[in-house]
Amino acid sequence: MATIYIDGRAYEAEAGENLLQACLNLGLDLPYFCWHPAMGSIGACRQCAVVQFKNAEDQRGRIVMGCMTPVTEGAIFSLAGDKAQQFRQNIVESLMLNHPHDCPVCAEGGECHLQDMTVMVGHRDRHYRGRKNTHRNQYLGPLINHEMNRCITCYRCTRYYNDYAGGTDLAALASRDHVYFGRHQEGVLQSQFAGNLVEVCPTGVFTDKVLVHDYTRKWDLQSAPSVCVGCAVGCNTMPGERYGKLKRVHNRFNAEVNGYFLCDRGRFGAGFVNSKQNLFLPGLRQPEGTYDTLDHHQALHHMQQACTTGKVAGIGSPRASVEANFLLRSLVGAENFSPGFSAHEQPLVMEVLQLQQHTAAVIPDIATIESADAVLILGEDVTNTAPRIALALRQSVRNKALAMAAELGLQPWQDAAIRNLAQDQRNPLYITSVADTPLDDVAEVAISLAPNEIARLGNAVARNIADEVNQLPDEPLRSQVDAIVTMLMSAQRPLIISGTGCGTSTITTAAAQLANVLCAKGKRAMLCLVVPEANSLGQAMLCDADAPDLDQLQHRATSGEFDTLVVLENDLYRRGTNVQIDALLAAFNQILVLDGMDNPTTSLATLALPAANFAESEGTIVSLEGRAQRYYPLFQPTAERRPSWVWLLACLKELTHKDVEALHHFDDITRACANAIPALSGITAAAPDHHFRNLGQKIPRQTHRNSGRTAIRANISVHEPKQAVDEESPLAYSMEGLNRAPPGALLPFVWAPGWNSNQSLHRFQGEVGGPLKGGTAGVRILLSGNPSPGVSNYPEKEEPAFLDMPQGLWLLVPRQQIFGSEELSALSPGLCELVEDAYIEICPADAKSLGVSTGDGIMVGNSLATLEVRINDAVAQSCAGFSVGLRGAENLEALHSVSLQRADNWRRRTPKPSSEEVIGSDRTLNSEALTRGTFRQRSARKQSTLPEGPHV
Amino acid sequence: MLKALASQFRTLWTILQHSFTKAETVQYPERQPYLAPRYRGRIVLTKDPDGEERCVACNLCAVACPVDCIALQQGVKEDGRWYPEFFRINFSRCILCGMCEEACPTYAIQLTPDFEMCEYDRKNMVYEKEHLQIEGTGKYHDYNFYRVSGLAITGKDKGQAQSEAEPVDVKGLLP
Repeated sequence: MATIYIDGRAYEAEAGENLLQACLNLGLDLPYFCWHPAMGSIGACRQCAVVQFKNAEDQRGRIVMGCMTPVTEGAIFSLAGDKAQQFRQNIVESLMLNHPHDCPVCAEGGECHLQDMTVMVGHRDRHYRGRKNTHRNQYLGPLINHEMNRCITCYRCTRYYNDYAGGTDLAALASRDHVYFGRHQEGVLQSQFAGNLVEVCPTGVFTDKVLVHDYTRKWDLQSAPSVCVGCAVGCNTMPGERYGKLKRVHNRFNAEVNGYFLCDRGRFGAGFVNSKQNLFLPGLRQPEGTYDTLDHHQALHHMQQACTTGKVAGIGSPRASVEANFLLRSLVGAENFSPGFSAHEQPLVMEVLQLQQHTAAVIPDIATIESADAVLILGEDVTNTAPRIALALRQSVRNKALAMAAELGLQPWQDAAIRNLAQDQRNPLYITSVADTPLDDVAEVAISLAPNEIARLGNAVARNIADEVNQLPDEPLRSQVDAIVTMLMSAQRPLIISGTGCGTSTITTAAAQLANVLCAKGKRAMLCLVVPEANSLGQAMLCDADAPDLDQLQHRATSGEFDTLVVLENDLYRRGTNVQIDALLAAFNQILVLDGMDNPTTSLATLALPAANFAESEGTIVSLEGRAQRYYPLFQPTAERRPSWVWLLACLKELTHKDVEALHHFDDITRACANAIPALSGITAAAPDHHFRNLGQKIPRQTHRNSGRTAIRANISVHEPKQAVDEESPLAYSMEGLNRAPPGALLPFVWAPGWNSNQSLHRFQGEVGGPLKGGTAGVRILLSGNPSPGVSNYPEKEEPAFLDMPQGLWLLVPRQQIFGSEELSALSPGLCELVEDAYIEICPADAKSLGVSTGDGIMVGNSLATLEVRINDAVAQSCAGFSVGLRGAENLEALHSVSLQRADNWRRRTPKPSSEEVIGSDRTLNSEALTRGTFRQRSARKQSTLPEGPHV
Repeated sequence: MLKALASQFRTLWTILQHSFTKAETVQYPERQPYLAPRYRGRIVLTKDPDGEERCVACNLCAVACPVDCIALQQGVKEDGRWYPEFFRINFSRCILCGMCEEACPTYAIQLTPDFEMCEYDRKNMVYEKEHLQIEGTGKYHDYNFYRVSGLAITGKDKGQAQSEAEPVDVKGLLP
């Protein structure tokens, strides 16, 4: 700590941090634009000017930039001095020279950092009488709106997009006052994290396009703390609602999980909440196939009857809350409850849980992933399965740069200097996957292998580290093993990433064993295993390893064991081929489906109950790092929509089930679940219960300036109803209450006096960029670093064989898509435009032998599917990548061997843009990787599949 | 004593004088009072000189309203203009304070010298956009927001607004 003097007062600040950050920490208002807590300082905007005095005698001082000035003991500054104030005012005036008269029609208005800063420095009149520069906008895709006139050239967008998120297609173009931030030509922004531009841009250049077309100002949004249900990472979000519609999703800071950034699936993938396919009334199927609507009393009566006639089986859902699944499990009994994974996926997820429970390695949160100094990815395409992890990995490879900076005594916030120093030097990232991944550009080596070969490579590395002998005989991989071993052994905090994305547990097992071996060698190894859905891990914790999967359920139903099936928020047709699911559902006499939306499973229900989605209900979900987090309803469900737990609890009460006698509130269910399931015993600590009060008050969902209260419903009735009361949470459906330093799990929105934009977040943080004052949201219930005694150092299981496909057969390997592979986000407006039709990827040699070129059709198997073919030289030979979850690929299953043949009656879609339209900056870093001297073996991998003799 | 008596008589005289002055009260509604153009009465939504809706649904009136009696939803027209999909004022709550007019950046919302809006039924006091919208420009005849704003709309391209230069040619290399 150092003592500094600001305007004659002594303050304590951390020596070495920059003055701007120190001022914000001290609660002083110092305007800024280009600085960002996650991106450091470059001193570009000149806005945070302060006067620094040499010593106590110095009366004149000199102007320095706060963000570029380190705090030193005894330094004397002035924020309020005339000179500094005048300077800052002039800077804003010059930044505003070309700013258009747009605020009323700008989606940033009311939460605009530029507005805040302009008011803060007191600038009012534009003295310059010249004309304003204008710019043409670009189409940047269906998610992001571009309005270049508003730019103040702070460079935050390109620094975020290129330097932080690794994008290549956004740049600062032209020069001087003509600087233009955009793409070299119009088109969809390619980065999976482009949506953060909306929050990073201090003004309205980049705005949320979906919001712009159905706009509500920030002060009118009703918000609640929520958790993204798009993947298993569990990023914290702040969705906003108005008039019963979800309007937008903003990032909710969590120092250990998402920090300041979300991926585009999370930010734009919640629009399904407003879907036209939503169910609002219970429906009872009539013999002719139509549905009669019921009210909730009748529905409950039918539900109770169905559950009393004959034996009931239940299928839960890895995308529903722990509580709802727990109640369904109580309703049908543990032995009749299937967790709702596909039969193929269930053992994988169970295995991942097992491995994580018994590993000696650290299970990292995202902030810890960023601290890794060597990363090995086994098989998982994290950018598409758990995108936020990929963004963290892009930061982890920069640790080398930070280490180099530390050697020179550079502060970590000296962003430009450090990037200049390190250039392209990075920590090693080694990627093995079935084909190219978007992370390849920062990888030291990226190779493509068939799934079981990836496992084999992992095992070989583990053995090599344990025994110090390279046992892998075959040359192409042998040298890779050596390289990986050197990389991991020279690191202090190696990170192994794997997951279920490849569809085989051999890879996850290999990854876990490798992590254990590294721990045994004294490394602080980390193990991150990716699971597919928001609550996959929680569902695995809830169920025993021998819980029936869908196939077993079907066998038991066919043998007449069950009459009724209750399906909880799960479209089973995404869990297996149509034939399998048809057979499963046909085995039951009655099918009760609780779901928020019409889908193929709901359409077969004998009784369909409308269940509230994540924006209308509360729930606890467990993320892939084992963090239990609570989401809260943003608004109340309308009509007969009820949270699943309400339906199930009511039914259990009707049945006078003994377990639920004492359950009245949502919190009671959480508590009962924690008591009943040892693995989930920690979930009650995920968030404060409904008795919690913030200094005696509830926490408001609405801002204090929420407008239109007496007019919103006036068209229905002029009599204003009493404000809805939330019995289940410490949040209020009104503006009444106190949103000051609430617990991290209960932060509905950020706002502070003078700080209307999301930059007000620092007023909620203990120190800028640090954890929230109220604590970090969620609780880790998966304890790491506790190996079970029996864990061996390397695999005992049978070695996975090399891929040896018979002639004419291909191994189907899954290719995950950030947009489309997840069920619900793909239904969101805007984002759905980016969801492609299913395709199949093969390598050029295979394409040649099949006589197809990109855009042709290929028939997979015995007419399992006919898909568009894409030629990708990074796909392993004898492997065919298929897009998971996209329309057209329903009947394809991962790791099945199929035949491929050219489809004759295929109609080509519109031709792809020719290569002439692509210029250098647009190209993926294929060639660049080579010129950098990094080793990329995407095309060399085919040789590794060739030796056929010595293995198996 | 005398002084007090004099005061009494003076008072009587003053009051008696009033018998011969002109009455301030008028026979309303037969006789309408004069109301200044800036009187704060019934609220209207006006159109710009070109006959297009002035309201851009910026929500500033709603947020300025001390009784929260304005609710609206923004939409975007095909020509790029922002407009209110619905615009509702609950006049049974309105206190005619004029804050909305003061907040309006486009002169769309204006108060008029008309206060005769009594209803027997409160629900008839809820005015929707079609009840509020008038054809004219109201008190401000010349202002057209989109001629000042930088937002491009059909018929007004980038660079054609007030004191705007032609769009920058990003590919130009001249200094």
